[in-house]
Amino acid sequence: MSNSERPESLLPLPPATLHILISLASDDRHGYAIIQDVAARTDNQLRLRAGTLYRSLQRMLEHGLIVESGERPAPGLDDERRRYYRITPFGEAVARAEARRLAQLVRLARESGFATGKA
Amino acid sequence: MYRALLYLYPASWRNEYGQEMLAVFAQRRQACPGFFAAALLWLEALADAIYNAAAAHLDLLTQDLKYAFRAFRRSPGFALAAIAIAALGIGATTAAFTLVDYTLIRPLPFAHSDRLVRLYQDRSPTGPSLLEASPGVYRAWKQASASFESMGAYRSLSVNLTGQGEPITLDGASLTNEVLPMLGVQPALGRLFTPKDDSDSAPATAILSYGVWQRVFGGDLAVLGRVIDLYDTPYTVIGVMPKAFYFPTREAQIWTAMRFRPADFEDLDDTYIYPVGLMKAGLTLTRVRAEMRTIATRFSLQHPKELPPSGATTVLLRDDFSEQSKLMLKVLLGAALCVLLIACGNLANLLLARAMVRRRELAVRTALGAGRERLLRQTLTESLLLAFGGGALGLFLALAGLPLFAKLAPARLPLAEVPTVDGRMLAFAALLTLATGILFGVAPAVRVCRRDQTRDLHEGGRSGVGGRRERLRSGLVIAEIAISIVLLVGFGLLARSLWRIQETAPGFRADHALTLRTALPTPRYADTRVREPFYRRVLEDVRRLPGVTGAAYTTALPMTNIGGIWTVEVEGQPEELGHRRGACLRFVTPGYFAAMNIPLLSGRDVDERDSDSAPYIAVVSQSFARRYWANQSPIGRHIKLGAMDRTIVGVVGDVRFRGLDRENEPQVYASWKQPKDVAPWYAPKDLVVRAAGDPMQLVPAVRRIVQSADPNQPITDVQPLKTLVNAGTSGRRVQLLTLGIFGAVAFLLAAVGMHGLLSFAVSSRTQEIGVRIALGAHRTNILGLTVGGGLRLAVIGIIAGAAIAYPAARLLQTLLAGVRPDDFSTFGAAAGMALAIALVGSALPAMRALRVDAATAIRNE
Repeated sequence: MSNSERPESLLPLPPATLHILISLASDDRHGYAIIQDVAARTDNQLRLRAGTLYRSLQRMLEHGLIVESGERPAPGLDDERRRYYRITPFGEAVARAEARRLAQLVRLARESGFATGKA
Repeated sequence: MYRALLYLYPASWRNEYGQEMLAVFAQRRQACPGFFAAALLWLEALADAIYNAAAAHLDLLTQDLKYAFRAFRRSPGFALAAIAIAALGIGATTAAFTLVDYTLIRPLPFAHSDRLVRLYQDRSPTGPSLLEASPGVYRAWKQASASFESMGAYRSLSVNLTGQGEPITLDGASLTNEVLPMLGVQPALGRLFTPKDDSDSAPATAILSYGVWQRVFGGDLAVLGRVIDLYDTPYTVIGVMPKAFYFPTREAQIWTAMRFRPADFEDLDDTYIYPVGLMKAGLTLTRVRAEMRTIATRFSLQHPKELPPSGATTVLLRDDFSEQSKLMLKVLLGAALCVLLIACGNLANLLLARAMVRRRELAVRTALGAGRERLLRQTLTESLLLAFGGGALGLFLALAGLPLFAKLAPARLPLAEVPTVDGRMLAFAALLTLATGILFGVAPAVRVCRRDQTRDLHEGGRSGVGGRRERLRSGLVIAEIAISIVLLVGFGLLARSLWRIQETAPGFRADHALTLRTALPTPRYADTRVREPFYRRVLEDVRRLPGVTGAAYTTALPMTNIGGIWTVEVEGQPEELGHRRGACLRFVTPGYFAAMNIPLLSGRDVDERDSDSAPYIAVVSQSFARRYWANQSPIGRHIKLGAMDRTIVGVVGDVRFRGLDRENEPQVYASWKQPKDVAPWYAPKDLVVRAAGDPMQLVPAVRRIVQSADPNQPITDVQPLKTLVNAGTSGRRVQLLTLGIFGAVAFLLAAVGMHGLLSFAVSSRTQEIGVRIALGAHRTNILGLTVGGGLRLAVIGIIAGAAIAYPAARLLQTLLAGVRPDDFSTFGAAAGMALAIALVGSALPAMRALRVDAATAIRNE
């Protein structure tokens, strides 16, 4: 609940957390939508399980990376009400910090010849 | 079905995300048609649920622990008090359990502990039921029985080891070759006895205990084959037993091969050996018992001239110690459980009080969305955390207390004195800790769940007074007082029994007397004429020491050695063999009664003229005289002990030779010179020296005298006579001490509980008290309000406690030495102390109540 922390203090992020942040960057989504979106973005490489997803969401809520954005009917399941999640400015800052950290890591890997591409 | 998986998660999590997870799963299920894909999905879901549920639980636990630690840091006094209380309860119970487990439950450290038995002759109801056997009886039993894989026998042994520096006396056992293999032990060094060692022509052999090997022989490996002098006879050392081998008792230091000469089998009633057997696998004790009883009875009936009718008593080696000891151990465990219960009550009370103080905090958390389940979990985490702190500390207390408690373990058992710490002790402590944590945590936790939280949010919300809550806390205090009463009554009754026993006149004067033992070795000293110069020299020199008013030798001092009981035939009062009664026979030197301060009531003492060539005489005790010649003088009458005819020349006072708390047979004393070849066991060996001052100051001088009479003669058992007498009650002393400690702890806890309850009541009623004072209530009224409340609890507790204590005390009856279990003064004293607790516990709160300032109290409203 405290986003008074510096974004760097949460790094490195668990992979699932970063994927969820990326998925929420464009739109508010509910749980199942996040799973589908992450799967689509990673060519079905990463399929989040329900337990992992909700445990990640809970921690992200606690850390203030995301907030609940109210409940709406789930598309296709009209009688179910779903919680939607929205990324917070702190969440965006953390995602950016993590991306920077990863980019730096990749640059180091390239310099030592572990990865192809521009050094 | 997926719903069931959700139950793996914490309830708070399930409430929060359960619905959504169900929906997600349903959608994924739709996306996976076909059996194979569905099965895969299920496997995935299962793994996912197990992993993440465990993680979710761990998250909550970390959170709760952090929260609990923070809370404890805020009120360290509370946390420390709770841990200390839990530690007392858990420590006491763990120590008591360990001892009980060690002595009553755990198998003996032998291979077939559950099949090892000891056999006795049974002459109840007219005689003893646990009587040793004679070699002849043992041989007959062994030949006739079919229930044993192996049977052997041993007798106790006390030998002088000379030629290895200071002469010393070693205790141990003489055993037939079957005994050690039957126990399933291997020697640490060398070999055990073989049938060859038992034959009279073979060289004499001995096995040393590990301790003797280390202490006397410096752990020398070359000890095997060495020839040592025991009682002036050369013995070859053939083995060393392992460190933790105790048989037949924990004091055993040396073992020799027992040999029987043909003559040993002649007297069927010369009872000095203990047969032991290993029952065949699959046989029940009941069956073996019945077989042995039949065999023994038949044998004794076949030899009516030599043996009174005797059956056999078959006892598992494991259980072969007194019912009193067993009862003492159970009492110890019961008392420890009482302490634990009181500790739990106290902790519950502490936590309840704390929950009340924190009710607003809890209400806030509820309002912020914490479910009841979360609060319950939090509360239990806290109490378990405290319990584990207490458990760890309690384990240390238990380890520290074990050596004291261990004194209650019967010395008869072939076990080390102090129990070894093992997994069972740790497991028990852990289990106890868990139970304790749940027991004292559950009451506050349940209350947390039941409360109407919104009420607590109101400013000035007053609670803690009246209603169910206070009833629960009062109930706990009442229970604590009741249990304290039970402990106090138990302690009081046993204390009174001890006093009563100590007041029992032993029949002699125990103070200002020194005792020691010089057991003269046979065969060198077998004849009285060889022994005489030694005794004469020692006694004459000792009597000449300044401050010595008397000195004498006897077979065995009172309270040292039971046994030496002979059946008596009285001239003119023929009794059948089976109905003859026993008397305790002791051989003494002249001056024994004076040195012991045993009153000579009529006739004369044993004197120098009573030698082998003079007529055999006897001095009898008053109860002996009364038994056979109610109102007439026994002087000049004839009695027969064994085959000897003796004339009674004197009557002396009775002594308690079996111990102050035990009944014993009448006594007969004979001259040490009649006959000239008194059997070694009966030859005088205990010296008593009556001193004007401190008897222990005579020790160096007496030692020098014995050394100059025979430089090879060891001196053992040097102690004041008083110590010897007290040793008989040492078990009771230890028991009393432990019960006393438990009682004191229980009492303290009950007082603390009472104080806590009343001070809380006063502080939450400050406003009410203020109003009362403003309305003109007297100080005495206010005092009555608090102190009266405390007394009321105490009285209810006392009544409940007495109702439990009486039946409990009746269970103790055999330990009470004649004190009645409904002893009024004991119950009265316990009740008085409980009332004192109530007064002390309510004193401080009452003073606080008196200081309440009406104006301030009301303004705060």
